[in-house]
Amino acid sequence: MNDQAQSFFGCGLDDERTFDLDDYGDVVPRWCGGCGDHGVLNAVKRLMRDEQLVPERTVFVSGIGCSSRFPHYLNTYGFHGIHGRALPVATGIKLSRPDLEVFAVMGDGDCCSIGAGHWLHATRYNIDMTVLMLDNAIYGLTKAQTSPTTPEGYKTNTQPKGSYLPALNPIATTLGITNVSFVAQTADWVPAHLLATIRAAYKHQGFSFVRILQRCPKFTAPLFAEQARTPDLHEMLQHPDGVTVAALDKIYKRRLEHDPSDLDRARELAEESEHVRLGVFYRDDSRPRYDDTRHLPTYTAAQNIERLNAEFDRYAV
Amino acid sequence: MSSSLPASDVRGESAVGLQSVAKNTIHTNEHVLEIVSDSGEGAQKCGQIFASVAAKMSYGVWTVEIIPAEIEPPARTPAGASGNLIRFGREKVTNWGDEANLVIAFNEQVLLSRHRLHALADDCTILIESRWMDHADEEIRLAWKAAMDEISDSGYRIIPVPMEEECLRRVDDPRKGKNMFALGILAQIYDLDLDKIHDQIRQQFAKKAPEVSKANWDLLQLGVDWGQKNLDFNVEIPRVEVDEPRVVMNGNQASALGAVAAGMEFCAMYPITPATSVSHYLCDVFETYGGKVHQSEDEIAAAGVAIGASYAGKVALTVTSGPGMALKCEFLGLAIMTEIPLVVLDVQRGGPSTGLPTKVEQSDLLSALYAQPGDAPRVVMAPATIEECFHAMVTARRIAKTFRCVVIVLSDANLASGQQQFRRPALDERWHAAPANHRAVGNDERPYDWDPATGLSQRIVPGQPGGMHTVTGLNHDQDSKVDYRPETNQLGCEMRSRKLALLHETMSPPPIHGDDEGQLLIVGWGSTRGAIEEAVDRARADGQRVSSTHITFLSPLQPGLREIFDRFDHVMTVEINYSDDLNAPHITPENRRLGQLAWLLRAQTLVDVDCWTRVPGQPLRPGQIHEAIRNKLSSIDAMEATRS
Repeated sequence: MNDQAQSFFGCGLDDERTFDLDDYGDVVPRWCGGCGDHGVLNAVKRLMRDEQLVPERTVFVSGIGCSSRFPHYLNTYGFHGIHGRALPVATGIKLSRPDLEVFAVMGDGDCCSIGAGHWLHATRYNIDMTVLMLDNAIYGLTKAQTSPTTPEGYKTNTQPKGSYLPALNPIATTLGITNVSFVAQTADWVPAHLLATIRAAYKHQGFSFVRILQRCPKFTAPLFAEQARTPDLHEMLQHPDGVTVAALDKIYKRRLEHDPSDLDRARELAEESEHVRLGVFYRDDSRPRYDDTRHLPTYTAAQNIERLNAEFDRYAV
Repeated sequence: MSSSLPASDVRGESAVGLQSVAKNTIHTNEHVLEIVSDSGEGAQKCGQIFASVAAKMSYGVWTVEIIPAEIEPPARTPAGASGNLIRFGREKVTNWGDEANLVIAFNEQVLLSRHRLHALADDCTILIESRWMDHADEEIRLAWKAAMDEISDSGYRIIPVPMEEECLRRVDDPRKGKNMFALGILAQIYDLDLDKIHDQIRQQFAKKAPEVSKANWDLLQLGVDWGQKNLDFNVEIPRVEVDEPRVVMNGNQASALGAVAAGMEFCAMYPITPATSVSHYLCDVFETYGGKVHQSEDEIAAAGVAIGASYAGKVALTVTSGPGMALKCEFLGLAIMTEIPLVVLDVQRGGPSTGLPTKVEQSDLLSALYAQPGDAPRVVMAPATIEECFHAMVTARRIAKTFRCVVIVLSDANLASGQQQFRRPALDERWHAAPANHRAVGNDERPYDWDPATGLSQRIVPGQPGGMHTVTGLNHDQDSKVDYRPETNQLGCEMRSRKLALLHETMSPPPIHGDDEGQLLIVGWGSTRGAIEEAVDRARADGQRVSSTHITFLSPLQPGLREIFDRFDHVMTVEINYSDDLNAPHITPENRRLGQLAWLLRAQTLVDVDCWTRVPGQPLRPGQIHEAIRNKLSSIDAMEATRS
C-alpha cells in the first residue's frame, strides 16, 4: 500500500487493508524459553489478526516486569511505562482518544501489588479496554521475590522460609469491586482457551479483566507443572455468554455450566477449589461506563474563543 | 484604647427616620481592610464581593484569604479566624501591603488572632460585633473582657456594632446574613457603588433562590443605613478611571481560564489544598469548551492519566500542590524520558510533609527542578501576578508542545486565592494547538529523530499509519528501541538537555526595577514581586542604591543574570522558604542552608548571593522586606567599615 493510501485510510474509514500475523510484529521476544508470556503474545497476535485490528489504531500499555515488555514485541503503538501504572495511562489514552483500541498488559506484582489501587478504581470506572494480567505468582525480572499471588509456603528470595500468608485471589478481588463488568481466567497451557477468553474480553464493551495463569520456568516451575499436564485438575466454566471451546471438550472433561450474569455464583466459584477454574466468571454488558458518560463534542478554536470572551465578560471591570 | 461610640449609644434605635451623625472624612490613597469571622459566617464571601466591586470601580485591588485549616473549626477561637484581607487604592496594587487600617470582626476571638499576628496597624479602626460584651453566658463575657484587656495597649479605635441585633430585623438566623450587613457598613464607609454590589450579589448567588438575593440585598441596606446613622467617619479614596478593559479574578481562576485559552482539553487531578479551586473552576466551565476534567483515584494516577491523554495527542494538564508533586515524581520522569508534553501546575503551600496546607510558601522550587532519579531536564516557570497566572498557562502549553517536554508552573497559595485586576487578555487563536494531524509516517521518519543541534524531534501519535512504535521509560534510541549502549544513553541525555539550551536562547534577561546598577540587588521569584518592588521603592525613597529583579523562568534559568549581578556590589534573594540565619547557633557561612533561589543562583552564576527568607505561612509584607533591605545595607556598611 502506498503512503497516500495509508494516509487516507489513516482516518479509519473504509479500511481495505488486510493484516496477517506478521503485520502485528515479527520481533523475537527476549523472554526465557518456556515462559508463559510467549503463549499470550501469540494468542494476542491471533486475536488481532482474526479481528483485523488496525495496527496504528491499537495501543498496548504496560507497566514494568517481564510481561510488560509485551508492547515492544508488537507492531502497534505501545506504551511501556512505570511499575504498577499501566491502568492510569491506559485510562488517559482511552478518555482522550475513544477511537483507539486500548489493551493493558500487567504482571501480578504490577497489578495486584504496586498498582493495586489503580486496579480497583479502573475496574469501577469500567472504561472500554482489555486488561491482561499475566500471573506467574512471582516477581521475575527482579529475580524471585514473593508477589501477592505467591502461594502460602512457597519459598522465594524475600521469604526464604516460605510465603507467610495465603495468596491474594485476584478473581475474587475483582468480583468484589462495584461496577465490575467482566472477569475471566485462563491459562497459558491451554492456548485455545486463552485465545477464546481474550477474544471474549476484547468483544466485551467495558473493562475486561483477564487473569492468565502462566508458568515461569525459572522461578515458579513447580507451581503449575502438575496442572499443565493434568487436564482433570481443571474445571471449565461454560456458557453461551462465556467461553466455550468445543475442541477442548474431549480433553477437559470436568465442565461446569455457569451463567456469567450470576454474580453471587461467580463469587462462590472464585473461591479456592481443588480445581483450576477457567472461563468467564462474570459479565455484565449493562454496567455504566465512565468513558461513555464523558463523551464531549469538540469545538474549533474560534468557537472556544467566543465562549471564553463571554466568560471574561463576567469578570469585566 | 479609645471608643467614641459606647455600645449603649448604638443599641435599640430604629433605622427608620435616618439621621446621620456628622462625618469626619479620612482622605487617603489606599486602605487595608480585613473582614474576619468564625468559619462559615461568610466573611470570605463579604470580602470577595467587596474586592470585586472595588476593582470594578477601577480601584487597584489585592486580596488575601484568611483561612483556617479546618472546615468547621470551633466557634469563637483565634484558630478559627476566617475572612479576607483587601488592600485597595487609587494606584495599581501589587501586594497585600502592611498592617490593616480597618477591621470588621464578628467576635473578639477572631480579632485577637489578627492582633496576635501583628496584622493590625496601631491606629487601626475596629468594628466589632457587640453582643458578646454583655452576653448571658458569663464565660463569654469574661472572654470578651480578657480580649479587650489584651489589646488595650494598642492604639486601636474600637467601635462596637450590634450586628446580629440589627440583622434580626430582617432575618430569623442572623448568623447567615451578618456578612451582608457588614458589607453594607463597609459600602457606606468607602462609598462603594451599591448597584455594582447588587450585581455582584446576584452573580454570587445565581444558583440560589431569588429570595436569597433579596434578603442579602435588604441586609446590605440595613448595614448602609446603620453606618450612615451611627459612624462618625468615612474614608474617601480617589479613583482613576482606566481606559483599558480590565478583568478581576483570583489566580486559580486565571490559571484555569489560561488553560482554556491555551486550547488545553484535558486535566487530570486529585483534590489537594490549595490547588483544588483550579479544578473546581475547570469542572464548572471546561466542558463548555469540549474539555474534560478527570478526578483520579490518587495523585500518581492523575499524572498517569494526563500523560496518557498527552501521549494520545493532546497537551494535558495536571494540577496539584507540594505533596502531590512528590507523588507524581516518577511519572514526571517518565514523561521527560519519553518526551511526552505535559503541563503541571503546582500551587505551592507550606511544607515539608503536610506542612501548612492552606498557607503560602515558595518551597517547591528545588524539588520542581531536581526531584527525580537521573537527569531529567524540565521547564520550570513561576508567574508573579494573577495576570501572569493566565498567560503562564498559554506559554507553558506552547513550550510543552514545541519542545516535547514537561513544564512545571509554580503558582502559590497567595496567588491562588488572592483577587487582582489586570488588563483583559486579547484572546488569540494561535494560542491553541493545531488539531491533531493523523498523516501517515514515512519510512524514514523516527519517533525520536533528534536534531543533533537542538534536541528537537517530531512527535508521532497513535492513529498515524506507519508510525507504530513503543515509547518506553527505558533508555532508547531514535527508533524508541530499548538500548543500553553507553553512547545511546549519552546521546539521549544530551538531546533532552539540549532542548532547554535552545529554549534558553529564546529568552530575554529579566527587567530591572530601579537603576541598572547600585549597591544591592534584590532577586525574587513568584508571587513576591509586588511586595519586593514596593519595598525597593521605599528604600530608594530613603536614598538607598537598591534595585530588584524578578525571575520568571527558573529552568532554564533566564539569561543575563551574571551580567546584571556584576553591576551591583551585593545580591540578595527574598523568598518565602527556609534558610538558616547566620546569627543562629552553630550556623556558619560554611554550613548555612540557603533559600532555594539563592542556592540556584550561586550554582549558576558563581556570584556570592545572600538570601533573606521567612516562612510565616503568609505573604511577605513590603514593610518587612524594607527592613530586611535596611539591615542588609547596614551590615554591608559595618563590614566595609571594619575592612577600612
